Amino acid sequence: MDGYEFLLYLGVMAGVTYLVRVVPFILVKNKIENKYIKSFLGYIPYAVLAAMTVPGVFYSTRYFISALCGFITAVILAYFGKSLITVALSSSVMVFVSGLVVDCF
Amino acid sequence: MIKKGIRDGIPIGLGYFSVSFSFGILAVSNGFTWWEAVLISMANLTSAGQYAGITVMAAAGGLLEMAISQFVINIRYALMSVSLSQKTEEKFKGIYRLILGFGITDEIFAVAMNTAKEIKRSYFFGLIIIPYIGWTLGTLAGSVCGNIMPDVVCDALGIALYGMFIAIIVPSARRSKAVLFVVAVSVVLSCMLYYIPIFDKISSGFAIIICAVTASALGALLFPGSEPD
Repeated sequence: MDGYEFLLYLGVMAGVTYLVRVVPFILVKNKIENKYIKSFLGYIPYAVLAAMTVPGVFYSTRYFISALCGFITAVILAYFGKSLITVALSSSVMVFVSGLVVDCF
Repeated sequence: MIKKGIRDGIPIGLGYFSVSFSFGILAVSNGFTWWEAVLISMANLTSAGQYAGITVMAAAGGLLEMAISQFVINIRYALMSVSLSQKTEEKFKGIYRLILGFGITDEIFAVAMNTAKEIKRSYFFGLIIIPYIGWTLGTLAGSVCGNIMPDVVCDALGIALYGMFIAIIVPSARRSKAVLFVVAVSVVLSCMLYYIPIFDKISSGFAIIICAVTASALGALLFPGSEPD
């Protein structure tokens, strides 16, 4: 694939991705009043995140056990309302430490 | 507000660095140069779509195939933009939507929706910055220095993103039975699509749509008006 061809493919790829994001964003101008649609849209972020997290999180590291440690750490800290960055970094540290421990055995 | 956005973007940026790091490695192993890999990341800012995109290019697939695969994998962003458009402040319109709309990703969307009653354009702008830099630099690092970074560091970076998801889901599910229900349905569906062999053909981008639409629709039917602000 030469440079010109690469840019052509890149243009189509980036163009479609951009339009999918922006066209609905600028077309929807008014607040939606229907309570079912409002609720549907309100639940979407949680449903998206839940589907992305489980079961993906358990295969995000080399060892299932270290992913599980990171997952449990995150759930406990999140349950007690810790901030995004605290939860994220704590589960990272937990995965780092448990990964080192598993590596030693 | 821009400062708060930047701060909230840090965990996303960390997670993106590690995800795009592996994208960089993959792109180079598929015959792309480092600058091509970086250009793809800078122009797209999306994980599943980029993986699919380099697969199409590497296999010399058609432009139409490229367009359709990107459309199907990224159609979830359309759903998110509609959701987002319901929560943005009055000033967040026109040219700001044209420009900042580029930064809608699963994670940025979810964090923005989780923050306040009204999403300010300055906050959204701040929120995009670190993830964009992380995504770009991660791709650069991955495509240039390949396998230098130890696995244990990659693992730790990799879970940061999930940790952030959990930090968004759990407190809301604790407060609202409706959210807990939606999350549970979505998790069950997601596990079914992942583990049951007949669903193997469904791409991960499409699987997210199926789970999210079904769970949210059920939630809206059973608990209308119970969504968090």
